[in-house]
Order: sequence, then C-alpha cells, then structure tokens
Amino acid sequence: MNLRQLINKVTFKIKRKPKEVEAVNKTQPVFSAIVRKEFTDYLRSWRIIILLVIIGLTCLGSLYTAITTIKDTLSQSNEAKEIAKDAYLFLKLFTTSDGTLPPFITFVTFLGPLLGVALGFDAINSERNKGTLTRLMSQPIPRDYVINAKFVAALLINIILFFSLGFLVMAFGILIIGLPLTVEELIRIMCFLVLCIVYIAFWLNLGILFSVRFKQAATSALSGIAIWIFFSIFYNMIIDFISKSYLNPESITSMEEAINKQETILNLYRLSPSYLFSESTTTLLSPGVRTLGPLTMEQTVGAIAGPLPLGQSLLLIWPQLTGLIAATLICFMIAYYMFIRQEIRTN
Amino acid sequence: MSEPIIEIEELTKIYDDVPAVNGLSLSIQKGEIFGLLGPNGAGKSTTIFMLLGLTEPTSGNLRVCGIDSTKYPLEVKKRVGYLPDDLGFYQNMTGLENLMYTASLNGIPKDKAKEQALSLLEQVGLEDAIHKKTGKYSRGMKQRLGLADVLIKNPEVIILDEPTLGIDPEGVRELLKLIKELNVEKNMTVLLSSHHLHQVQQVCDRVGIFVKGELLAKGNIDELAGQLFEQDSYIVHIEAEPINQTLIKELTEQEGVSRVEQIDTNVIDIYCKKDITPVIAKKVMAYDINLTNISKKNFGLDEIYHLYFEGRDKNEPATINQ
Repeated sequence: MNLRQLINKVTFKIKRKPKEVEAVNKTQPVFSAIVRKEFTDYLRSWRIIILLVIIGLTCLGSLYTAITTIKDTLSQSNEAKEIAKDAYLFLKLFTTSDGTLPPFITFVTFLGPLLGVALGFDAINSERNKGTLTRLMSQPIPRDYVINAKFVAALLINIILFFSLGFLVMAFGILIIGLPLTVEELIRIMCFLVLCIVYIAFWLNLGILFSVRFKQAATSALSGIAIWIFFSIFYNMIIDFISKSYLNPESITSMEEAINKQETILNLYRLSPSYLFSESTTTLLSPGVRTLGPLTMEQTVGAIAGPLPLGQSLLLIWPQLTGLIAATLICFMIAYYMFIRQEIRTN
Repeated sequence: MSEPIIEIEELTKIYDDVPAVNGLSLSIQKGEIFGLLGPNGAGKSTTIFMLLGLTEPTSGNLRVCGIDSTKYPLEVKKRVGYLPDDLGFYQNMTGLENLMYTASLNGIPKDKAKEQALSLLEQVGLEDAIHKKTGKYSRGMKQRLGLADVLIKNPEVIILDEPTLGIDPEGVRELLKLIKELNVEKNMTVLLSSHHLHQVQQVCDRVGIFVKGELLAKGNIDELAGQLFEQDSYIVHIEAEPINQTLIKELTEQEGVSRVEQIDTNVIDIYCKKDITPVIAKKVMAYDINLTNISKKNFGLDEIYHLYFEGRDKNEPATINQ
C-alpha cells in the first residue's frame, strides 16, 4: 500500500511538471495582452494626452529659459567658458532659470504628482463602474494580473515620458550650447530620471490605492489631488509654523540642542515625499551640495569647496531614495491586498 | 443527460451574519438548460459568483466540470463562460476589439481569435456593428455582444445572469432562441438566472425556485406544480346566481373535490385532485341557476412563483417571532 502511494505520488509529480511549465509559458502573453491594452487606453485618453502636452510644454519652456541664461553667462567672458567646463554646466540645464519660469526640477516636483494621480485614480473603480471588472474576472486570469498590469502600463508611460524628455533636454543642450556631455553628467541625469520615475510611481500607487478604496472615480481623484496639494503647499506651512516656536533662539541653550532641534524639524519635513524628492534631486543635479543636514562652522573649516563625486552624492541621498521606494511599495501593497480581498460584485 | 456537470452540496454563504445562500444543494446535468428563478436579492448572483470562484463560500462544496471552483478557479473559468447582469464593455473599443481582447485573455492566438470573433458576431446578428464602438451600442446589442464574448472561449458551460434584463420583447425572443440553438447544436450546458417566469418557462428544461438563499423547489414545470399543490392541482372557478348551500354541500361531497371555497355570494372556487370540470358543470346545471362563468385554472409558472412569494410574506413574521 505504502509503495503504491509513493508511486502514485511520484507519477503525479512527473505528470504535473510539464503542465506547470506550460501554464507559465501561456500566462506570459496574457499578462502582456492586458498591459498592451491598458497602455493603448492611456495613450488614447484625452486626460493623459493633455497632461503629457502640459508637461512637455512646461519642460520645453524651462529648458529655453535655462539655455538663454547659460548662454548669456557664457558669452560674457572667455574665462566663464573655462570655468564652465569643470562646473557640471550640463546639469544646470535642469536647475537654473532666469526667474521668469521655474526650472525643470520644480516643474517635475509640482506636475509629476498630478500625472501620477491622473494615471492611477480610476484604475480599478472605472472598471467596476463600467461593469467590465466582472467580465474581466470571469476570464481565466489571476486576479492580481489586473492591478499589476495597470501599474506596469502606467509605469511604462512614465518611463517613456521621462526618458524621452530627459534625452530631449540633453540633445537640445548639446545642439544649442555646444558643450559635450561628460560620462558623470550622463549618469547623474540618468539617476535623476530614475528618481523622477520612482517619485511619480509613488503618486501613481497612491492613485491606484484610492481607486481600489473608493467606488467613485471623482472621490478618488479628489482625494489624490487633496493629498498632492497638502504636501506641496500646506505641509511646508505647517512645519514652518511649528519650527518658529520650536526653534525659538531664546529657548535654545546649547549648540547641541540647536542641532538636535534643527534635525527634528528636518526629519518632519522628510515625511513629505515631495521634500524627499527635492532633496535628492538637488543633490544629484548640483554636485556642490555636500550635506542635507545642518553643518557647524567647525565642520566646514578646512573643507575645500568642490563638487562631490557621484558615489558620494548617491550615498548622501540613499536614505531618501530608499524612503521613496518604500513609500511607493507600501502604497502598492495596500492597494494589492485590498484588491485581492475585495468582493468583485458591484453592489 | 447523464453525468452532472455542476454539483453543489450544502453551499452556504454568509454576508455580515445574514445568509445570502443557505444550504443549497443542486446538481445540473450536462447538456441541460437550468433556470434559476427568484426575486431580486435571493442569492442567485452570489451562487453564480461562487460557481466561478469569484467569492469564497462560507461552507459547502462546489464542483464545476469536476473541478473544485474554490480551489482552482482558473481551471473552472477556462471552461465556463459567464455573462454578468451589469454587463459592460470598453466603450472606446469596437465590438470586434472587445472580443479580441477577451480572446487574448484566454490565450487564443490572434489570427484564430479574429476568425472566431467574426463568425460569432455574425451568429449573434451583429455583423453590421463589427467596427462600431461599443459605447454606441444599444442595450440589446450589448447583450448579444456579451453572448458572443462568452462563447469566444468555447466553453462547456455558460452561465447567464439575468440575460434578458432591459431588452425589448423581440430581442428577448431572439436571445432565447439563440440560447436554445447553442444548447442543441453544441450540447452546451446553460445555467440561466432570471426573475422573468415566462422567459424561463420558454427555454428551460428544469427550473429551481430560489428565495431568500434557499432552493424551495426544483424540477420541470409539471413537477414543480405537483410539488407545490400536492393534491389540489386544479381549481374550477364558477360564477353563478344564486349559489345556495346545498349546491356547495353536494359539490364538496363529489369525488375528486377536496374543498370548496366561497369567495363571493355568487363566486366559488372548487379545488380538485384531477380535472373534473365536466362533472362539476353538469352538477351545477342540474340546479335551476344562471351560470355566467365556469373556468379551469391551470398552474403556470406565474401561480407557482406567486404562491412561493406569498408564502414567503406569510412566513416572514413567523420567523422573526422565533
């Protein structure tokens, strides 16, 4: 009897294997079919087209102001040209402006979340409201394919948008200013683009989370936008308000206390994803930034002002980067879990 | 018609302490059209969701095509086509594109899918609207596209949740004809849920009456009538003037009559075990009275349905008191 059971088990295993392999091979095109469909939907939808146009135009605008500023400075003297060669001039394309239009990174910090929320806010609830979710779920696909595919499709839009924008800026820079791009600058810009994608992925996942939680697309869109406005405007105000009383010079007795308090305030700021993002982008794009915390005069004594190497810059923003990725993953995990446990029924 | 393709044993689903489906046992044979009949909120859709593995049952067992749908929903969904009641399509895609998308989700290669989709669209009578966006489809067209969508994976069983909802009578007739054709030609098993008795009566081999999560009766129409009205299967309705007590007494004593009910001074209902209308007519004529109306009531699904829901209303306060 035992032997027979064993044989049965063994044959069962042998029989089962090719089936599993076949299943894996078969499911891959199904997943890509959903991604393809979602991707086409995004490209066809007016709201994404409008957002892409807005982002494209603002980026071109800021690029234009940056280029004119740099050109003006360069044309002033020959000396400036020599200095420029060592000063990561290329990165300035993303960060400088003559004051009429904000620079590229400010636009991304501001408009990126809007794009993320717009990509995600109706991912699940529109399917539910249109009655396509039940139909989709009655097809032989695992339930998580739907949410994963939507995330992947939106992320693809992001990746394509930011890499093409980044390369466009670089190409224009080379063409108009005529400065060659160094390898380090290229890597720094790549890192910056990846950072942008991670940052927008956070807002995208927040949008997806709301789309799972709220049945009405309008509710989830408004919640997403409310959080975006809160973090981009009100959060800074609140922290400023707190820091005024907290960092009151009269109540601080020692230097250590001052530093501690300063760091507490800084950490409060860092709860906001937009602050994390702007900290890390400035570090990446301005190699001159040596620290993100407070520095005492003693610490800076003897330091030679010069750009940090890429590795050091990356090390400096490592906590920010992991924090952003963690926030992104947490949002996605909550959305994923809720979607898996949710009833498919509409009413 | 021998092997069961859907087996449900003691299926129970409890939502927030309220049973949506309560101890349901049912077996549906291959090649059968089974009608799940019940009012809104009776638990029909919940049962269907459990059959597809979209909702987990609280207790009980289900097998569809011999596969446990709670444990292996994907395998079941490969074999079962489901048409939901709140059917929707991607509005900015054409009918053909929607079908092709469903086909791609089922792993059907593109060229084969297109061929199949076109022939199905023709079969359901949508050949003129192939390249029209589904956002512009009428309700009846959507329902027909839904049927094509269900059929594209070539299922063994199709489950239709309220398929006739919101379609005009002509559309209903065509849809039911189509369902019947599929059943006959491809030997497809059909599970149909509805609250429209007459439509169910037209196509279903067997019917299950489903109220408050419980299956009250099942069988074909005659069997249902038999189960319900164990003996009083026929009612003879008489309107005459005047009706006196001796007539009523005589009728009550007549063989085959179980009871006589006086509804009005001139109206009586006679409950009989078999069809004895001529005998009753003779009896009445023997008296010198003016007979204005004599008719036989047959039990259609309407009466069956009505009786159940009346019964439900009567039973409700009793259960609350308990």
